Amino acid sequence: MSKIAAIVPAYNEEKAIASVVNNINALAQSLKIDITVVVVNDCSRDSTPLIVGKLNCVLLDLPVNLGIGGAVQTGFKYAFQNGFDYAIQIDGDGQHPASEIPILLNAMLENNHDIVIGSRFISKEGFQSSAVRRLGINYFKWLNRFLVGEIINDSTSGFRIINKKTLKIVSEIYPDEYPEPEAIILYSLNKLKIGEVSVKMIERQGGVSSIGATSSIYYMFKVSLAIIYTFIRIKFKK
Amino acid sequence: MFRIQAIAIVTSILFLLYIVRLIIKGKLREEYSIVWIICTVVLILFSFWRSGLDVVSNLVGVYSPPNMVFIAAIFAIFIYLLHLSVVISKLQSQNKQLAQHIALLKEQMGK
Repeated sequence: MSKIAAIVPAYNEEKAIASVVNNINALAQSLKIDITVVVVNDCSRDSTPLIVGKLNCVLLDLPVNLGIGGAVQTGFKYAFQNGFDYAIQIDGDGQHPASEIPILLNAMLENNHDIVIGSRFISKEGFQSSAVRRLGINYFKWLNRFLVGEIINDSTSGFRIINKKTLKIVSEIYPDEYPEPEAIILYSLNKLKIGEVSVKMIERQGGVSSIGATSSIYYMFKVSLAIIYTFIRIKFKK
Repeated sequence: MFRIQAIAIVTSILFLLYIVRLIIKGKLREEYSIVWIICTVVLILFSFWRSGLDVVSNLVGVYSPPNMVFIAAIFAIFIYLLHLSVVISKLQSQNKQLAQHIALLKEQMGK
């Protein structure tokens, strides 16, 4: 039976984190799949680590705040070092319902993908995010298609599953600040097969997005630069 | 010798001594002090050799020697700031790796 790590990055998620962890554990139990929940506490200032410490899961406690990319990578490192076969990334704010995990897992097993991204936009069900955010997502879709010819509808989705081969890569190199769109470039330049399936997402139950309204222009600019640099770096190294 | 020349020489030498003191006390690493020492030596050189500025300006085709000073100084500052950004980026990446390592070790110890 394959070992699966559910990596949950959490920064000030005291309201939602317990139910996120418990839902995943309940799902694992009812479907009889081997899921270990790995919560990465990104130096929260609230009681997140205290709550997580009492739950049935692994807690990785970062001593300084690294941001989402660094936090998720800590989970990837843990999964890789402990011989997990798959790692699922699930946000700590409850946006990604545990009930959608089997959809990701099945898509991975059936199509032999290296990465499967859970997308909000394929069947357009559930929470669809704000108009501005969708505009940004369309822009990244265009940028990715332009650079690597990969069409990803929801490149900012943090609901993903990756296999062992991908784990090895991301435990060494993983983008820092806003990693999701950038990681897609990293994956496709490493010749990994990326799949996308439709999942339902719900509006966040607590916490705030890592991308505020004022910082979205910075976000677009920074991620564009990072994507282009990643592209140049990997493309010309080979 | 002009008064301004004396002031320039004394200031430059004091600055050089201060850099040396920082290195001796371990507050400044040698590799970051190189650029400062070179700058100070250049300053001292031109403090003594007053016509040197005109010579160099003529050589590169700058009409007014003071402009030459500003261009050179601003260029040097830009390069050094860039160097500092590189150093900070390296520190940040090392800091991230350390933090991740600590988190993983803490988890192992808690078992």
